[in-house]
Amino acid sequence: MALVDVKGVTKRFGGLTAVSDVDLTVNVGEVHCLIGPNGAGKSTLFKLIVGLYPPTRGTILFDSIDITEERPFARVQRGMSIKMQAPSVFKELPVRQNIQIALQKRLSGAKRVVEEDRLLELLNLAPDSGKLAGALSHGQQQWLEIGMALALQPQLLLLDEPTAGMSPEETFRTGELIQSLNAEGMTVLVVEHDMAFVRQIAQRVTVLHLGKIFARGSLEAIIQDEKVAEIYLGKTHVH
Amino acid sequence: MFKLLDGSQTLGRGPTFWSCFLVVLAAALIYPVFADSYDVGNFSYFFIWIFMALGLCLMWGYGGMLSFGQTLFFGISGYAYGVLAINMGGGSTTIVALVLSIIIAMIAAGILGYFMIWGGISGIFFGIVTLSATLVLAFFLGQTAGPEWRIGSARLNGFNGMKGMDPLAIGDFYIEGVALYYVMVALIVIVYLALRMLVNSRIGNVIVATRENPQRAEMLGYDVRKYQLLTFTIGSGLAGLSGALYTSWGQFITPSSIGLPAAAMPIVWVAFSGRSDLTATLVGSFLLLFGFQTITVYSQQAALVLMGALLLATVMLAPQGFVLGVGKLVADRWSARRQRSSKLALADTSRLQPDET
Ligand SMILES: Nc1ncnc2c1ncn2[C@@H]1O[C@H](COP(=O)(O)OP(=O)(O)OP(=O)(O)O)[C@@H](O)[C@H]1O
Ligand SMILES: [Mg+2]
Repeated sequence: MALVDVKGVTKRFGGLTAVSDVDLTVNVGEVHCLIGPNGAGKSTLFKLIVGLYPPTRGTILFDSIDITEERPFARVQRGMSIKMQAPSVFKELPVRQNIQIALQKRLSGAKRVVEEDRLLELLNLAPDSGKLAGALSHGQQQWLEIGMALALQPQLLLLDEPTAGMSPEETFRTGELIQSLNAEGMTVLVVEHDMAFVRQIAQRVTVLHLGKIFARGSLEAIIQDEKVAEIYLGKTHVH
Repeated sequence: MFKLLDGSQTLGRGPTFWSCFLVVLAAALIYPVFADSYDVGNFSYFFIWIFMALGLCLMWGYGGMLSFGQTLFFGISGYAYGVLAINMGGGSTTIVALVLSIIIAMIAAGILGYFMIWGGISGIFFGIVTLSATLVLAFFLGQTAGPEWRIGSARLNGFNGMKGMDPLAIGDFYIEGVALYYVMVALIVIVYLALRMLVNSRIGNVIVATRENPQRAEMLGYDVRKYQLLTFTIGSGLAGLSGALYTSWGQFITPSSIGLPAAAMPIVWVAFSGRSDLTATLVGSFLLLFGFQTITVYSQQAALVLMGALLLATVMLAPQGFVLGVGKLVADRWSARRQRSSKLALADTSRLQPDET
């Protein structure tokens, strides 16, 4: 069953078509990876799904409901949350308060503090919980943002390059985290460049290139596809 | 609920702070016993403006919305009080007039705020629109000199302003002099503590989150527009409280209490004090009003020039605000003098407490 159903979606910025007539389904309970070279339109597609941009054309369904016209907060309330590519946290507020703001809708009182502590521990941020979020390293801000996204307990978790700025060990731990969330039933859509990471987590892969769906299927099939290797090496731009 | 009095959104917490608070409050309460009635009256006059300053602090410092037009709501409410008090007769109805005029200011803020916020106006444009609305009101009231400009028996009276309304009263008892002073102190304490609770509550969390990063706040499922409208309406209601109190205090109001120089004043007070903290705004605004009044006695021009210079100095030297900066310095010295163990305890209490709303 499809949790997200992107149908014929196009997004133009002036003369530039960042996303062009894309169809994408993300099934309930899968870990789906979206890959593609720089500028392929991956982040734009994410922003279309959460509603930060209105599409030029096309419709987006979530849980079989047409959400194309809905404001971002309403989509989030339906059960999706996002970690964006560029760190997007409350920089002048302490780390713990960042988490608190994400949690306070769902939990209050002592229960919320317990959950704050659990998340801070999980994200390795417990020692820095009193620091301002803006004082964290790039990688730590990524963790914090993942934590805020997780705090909402979404049905669908969107992660745009979650491991950028992380060490290989941290990347591996992130992969384990995603797998355990998925085992508990969370649907996860991930944009990634790190192929080892994609291999670790992906159940299905979609390749985006120049705003269009270029290939889709299992990772094995994708890797063996020579055309995919070519776009990554930039060969299609020659001639 | 009272746990919310202390929290990460307000500087100054713990026994030391609240002891200071009580000492200052006690001093304020016994002040009329020692001071002559002229000084007590002056203090009441300074207190009038504190509400508008606190409201702007909430909107600007906490909510990130710089309204350049808080005297718009000050004026709406001030004139509304005049019209209502004149038409409803004196006595206890003046209290009703006060409440109604604040409500009218809040409704006006709600309407203007709705169109601005839902229309996506933010940042500098928010200031421009609010200032324009303020100037329009001041200009409009300035040309209401003719006898045709009246509401019931209340004449607007152009630049000369509206007069003849009763001051606040309960039955035959006029709230003036020392009584007014105590009412003001009580109102300030109530408003100050209520705002502390608001900014440390979950709503306050969303208000500061919206200032920091509205997109992220929305991505956490909050309709940030509603929170902005709420902040704007509360802040403007406080400006309205100042306006109605002002009219009642002097039994007159003129368009010049709305126009450009008047509109700039709250910004100077709050910027100088430290917009990110309610306590700093309260203390700093009072000090500025006190200083301004003292200098005005000698020369009004000098006082205005000094205000301008202060704003410039604040922007260039202490963009966070002078009072806030001094307050932080004192707090640092204080905690440095303490022993290590109490420092650890401090670090522990500065962890966010769960709220009980
Ligand atoms: N707000 C915008 N206005 C104009 N052009 C944009 C905007 N956002 C993205 N673009 C353009 O759309 C194209 C796709 O950008 P997008 O960020 O979606 O790519 P991406 O696949 O996420 O790339 P990367 O791997 O570098 O993050 C790029 O050419 C980009 O310059
Ligand atoms: Mg991207």
